[in-house]
Amino acid sequence: MKRTTLRTTTALALLLAATPFAHAQQITLWAGDTGTGGKIFAEMSKAFEAENPGVTVTVEEVSYQTLVESLPVQLEAGEGPDIAIITDLGGLSRFYQDITPYVDAAYFEKEWGQTLQWLRGGDAASKAIYGMPTTLTVNGAYVNLTLFEQAGVPVPAEGATWQEWAEATKQVAAATNTEFAMEMDRSGHRFASLAISYGAQLVDEAGQPVVDDGLRAAIEQFVAWHQDGTMPMDLWGAVGGATHRELFSDFLNANTVLYFGGSWTLAQMDSEVGDLFDWAVVPAPCGPSSCTVMPGGGAMTVFSHTQNAEIAGKLINFFAQPENLDHYISTEVEIPSAASQIANGVEYPTASARTSEALATFINQIPKMDAAAYRFQGWRYQRAMMNALTTRISQVLNNELTIDAAMERIKEDVNLAIEAAGGQS
Amino acid sequence: MTDLSQPKPGLSIAAFATRRRGRKRLDWTDWLTYLYLVLGLLVMFTPVLWVAISSFKTPANLTEFPPTLLPYAAQTVVVEGHDEPLPLFDVVGEDGQTRQLAQLRRVGIQAQMIDPANPEERIVVPVGNATPVRQLYLATENYSNLLSSTGGQIWRYLFNSLFITVVATAITLVMNSMAAFALSKYRFRGSNVALVSILATLMIPATVVLVPTYMIVAQLGLVGNLWGVILPTVATPTGVFLLRQYMLTIPDELIEAARMDHASEWRIFWRIILPLSSPALAVVAIFSILSRWNDFLLPLVVLTRRESYTLQLALASFQTEYGVRYEVLLAMTTLTALPLAFAFIFLQRYITSGIASTGIK
Amino acid sequence: MSARVQLASAAGAILSLPARLVEPAMSGIQRGVGIKRMPWVFLLPNLVAVVLFALLPVFINIFYSMSGSDRLFPWDRPFVGGANYQSLLDCGNYLDPSTCSRDLFWRALGNTLVFVPVQVICMIAIALLTAICLNRDIVGRGFFRGIFFFPVMLSPVVVALTWQWILQRNGALNGLISSVGLTPVNWLVFPNTAFFWSVFVTVWAHMGFYTIILLAGLQAIPRDVYEAAKMDSATPWRVFTRITLPLLRPVMLVVFILAVIRSVQTFDELYVLTGGGPGSATMLMVQYIYEVGFATQPRNFGLAAAASLFLGLALLIFTGIQMRISRGGNND
Repeated sequence: MKRTTLRTTTALALLLAATPFAHAQQITLWAGDTGTGGKIFAEMSKAFEAENPGVTVTVEEVSYQTLVESLPVQLEAGEGPDIAIITDLGGLSRFYQDITPYVDAAYFEKEWGQTLQWLRGGDAASKAIYGMPTTLTVNGAYVNLTLFEQAGVPVPAEGATWQEWAEATKQVAAATNTEFAMEMDRSGHRFASLAISYGAQLVDEAGQPVVDDGLRAAIEQFVAWHQDGTMPMDLWGAVGGATHRELFSDFLNANTVLYFGGSWTLAQMDSEVGDLFDWAVVPAPCGPSSCTVMPGGGAMTVFSHTQNAEIAGKLINFFAQPENLDHYISTEVEIPSAASQIANGVEYPTASARTSEALATFINQIPKMDAAAYRFQGWRYQRAMMNALTTRISQVLNNELTIDAAMERIKEDVNLAIEAAGGQS
Repeated sequence: MTDLSQPKPGLSIAAFATRRRGRKRLDWTDWLTYLYLVLGLLVMFTPVLWVAISSFKTPANLTEFPPTLLPYAAQTVVVEGHDEPLPLFDVVGEDGQTRQLAQLRRVGIQAQMIDPANPEERIVVPVGNATPVRQLYLATENYSNLLSSTGGQIWRYLFNSLFITVVATAITLVMNSMAAFALSKYRFRGSNVALVSILATLMIPATVVLVPTYMIVAQLGLVGNLWGVILPTVATPTGVFLLRQYMLTIPDELIEAARMDHASEWRIFWRIILPLSSPALAVVAIFSILSRWNDFLLPLVVLTRRESYTLQLALASFQTEYGVRYEVLLAMTTLTALPLAFAFIFLQRYITSGIASTGIK
Repeated sequence: MSARVQLASAAGAILSLPARLVEPAMSGIQRGVGIKRMPWVFLLPNLVAVVLFALLPVFINIFYSMSGSDRLFPWDRPFVGGANYQSLLDCGNYLDPSTCSRDLFWRALGNTLVFVPVQVICMIAIALLTAICLNRDIVGRGFFRGIFFFPVMLSPVVVALTWQWILQRNGALNGLISSVGLTPVNWLVFPNTAFFWSVFVTVWAHMGFYTIILLAGLQAIPRDVYEAAKMDSATPWRVFTRITLPLLRPVMLVVFILAVIRSVQTFDELYVLTGGGPGSATMLMVQYIYEVGFATQPRNFGLAAAASLFLGLALLIFTGIQMRISRGGNND
């Protein structure tokens, strides 16, 4: 009996002692577990370890919620990984480590000029390189071609406006007994695509929130679509606060003609829709101002608490080499973020014909994006603005606020966030 | 006074009412009771059962409306000359007769089909005339995928959950009963202050103090360590409260007698008070097990490395920004609830009788 | 009965192992500090944990509420005095949330003030009814007790996802409704139905806990009291109102206080089920605190802490009043 106790105590002591200590040459990298990114980077870092004896790279796949909710708190406490692939590029900028001395700065600027700016959190004067943008994501609309065909309605051509799309999809929905014409994820990021096409600036050059006539026009249009049943109330109407919600299943079940989501759904679309019906990604619908969808994407950044900034920087430089980059993008079936990859295209040997076509459509939207979309994406208070958009628009849909009051509130909410962060923008 | 011939006198008013009319027949209050309980059974248990059944459905079957009661999957057939099995459809022909055909591919509203018996001839069928042939199918791959996609890590998560639950509960029991012993069996200055400050912590929602708690855990160097989740949760105010209330009912004479025999205070506590408090301890243990097993927010911030994940964290990682994978989520839900269900089947008698004897007064 | 003895002896066997190591140490301490100070020795571990992980966070929270910026560590945060409280309390008209500068705080407060009484009353009424039924001499009593307690064991996220999945437009409930020929209702889209289901789901999930406590209370009522009532041939309703309820009062008080505290703290279930919607119809206080302090970037810990202290204070006052009333009642 006594021996068992002793063994248990030893086991406990060992468990306690198992807390990891940062070794001089150890790099920890966090990757989200949604894709296969972590495995690809883990595999590639073997080659890096071979080139740099004594260095160990540990790739950890963590949940999305950990990256969004837990990582910022840890960084604040000086904890967390050396490197992580993150999506809130601007919001975490004060935790980044400049790796300019360890990477080929000219190459980085050439490939990612625009997206490197997103990492600088709106500091236009900065020349720092905080990491490597990994993939680009693009918002976009999926349409059910089979329903169009059955209704005998022609699919609107490139350059069609949001209104024309709404009209066409409404006709299709009426003719085919489909429940809804259009659906959009409940996400401020998706709504920003519509808003910027309608001329909204959302943020000005000085990093201050802008609520303008463009935003008003977009909200008015959006509310009208919910009132006349073009869009379901389930998403933007039924859910409150900043909660993200999507109903991809509605598109799968052919309950909606058009579904506005983004490029990340492609793989699921391909595997789950199968040949239930024909679908396609369509070019960005236009507003009075532009035909813009929002860009997005992840970046691999180094955090300033790291003990091994040099090795971390070199590791990122290693991943950024064209052959590694191509390998990653083509295995992961993602939209590339590097300029030369966008220009030359990437081969996707594993993707189906439909997916390749959809990817091509997404990539074609990139040059059409409004400057406001890029500015908004790189803004430090983007998340505050997006949360305000979802919260307040849902209130308008439920008659808790007028559109005027909502616009006022959106601006106030963002200003409160700026104030809370100590006023720097 | 009491009619001793009665089989087992009930205690409630309703039982009293029935007794007055004799126990042989069910009277209207019994019928009402059973009606209510069956209704309750439906409301309480159907959702759980529904989740369990649905965890055996394929993703396509899950998104169907109206939902099917039992899990179905499309029936497929292997046709000569085609490598992949082809899905079978019931097709209504122009003559109104139904034939079973295998689908080659679908283009828009038309499908190319072949008769499995006669694979040479291709038939073009309007999609509206074809309904898939389906059969009962248990998608056990939801479970096997779950186990393989976590790469065997699920046993690690299970171990972590069990470790946290068992260790935290053990510490809770010892610490809370020590405190309860002090607060119920001694008169000393400051006892009220101590009691109130322990009970006041009941008012604080865990969500609210999450950030300061994390900070303290970080300062103790326990981030990513299972102890970082265990230590902040052990001082449960409800535990101290329930145990104290119970210990108040234990007669002080027992303690006096033991002191006469020169027993140390610890010996009195450990050998006399604790064994006598076992019903209350069982209740505190059960509540501690339930809440530690289901803990989510604190583990989410503290347990950052994948090998320190608990089952609940693993469950949450199937919900991402890009949507919920319901088939895996449902399988995981069923799996995490199973141990609790088993634990409950064994422990439910102690829960009821335990609480009954804590004599909350 | 024997099973309980077995359990107790098994537990005793396990617990006695470390005890052999502890006992000499504790006798040593007793010799050192004297018997008078022993209660403090017993209290010490629990107090240390309470101070470190419960009271200290509250004090840090108080400091947060009086400081600004999105920094985590108190020493990084500039002191702003009452600014956060001022911003919360800044209202044109306290009855109209839209005149307040923190309108969602007031909406959440209003929702909480409606939600808590409705949910607590429904929960206790149903739990009491269930406890009375389960206390009767019925077939399968253990089974039914198990069924009603089962949801208590599920995690809030599981509860919410299950119900969300049942209640959504294409969910099982609407499937059932349309299969009997009625029109499906989009339950979570309308403020009133969404509020109903918020109450329903939280009652569903927690009712078992209170049922068991009330059941224990019912079983503790001495049998002869009912026998006496039988002599007077009182009606069942009269017995219930004149005997059961008064004797159940102490248990009811515990149930009531616990239910109110937990109802005010409702968060996880509704956050997943409705996200506080439609609009802000089911947004309760803790969700507001969570959204302000955690779900957004930059995180406004100061405002979140100020709002949470309002909540804590309100609960403390409520419990104080309850205790006072009950003590007064006992003295009559």
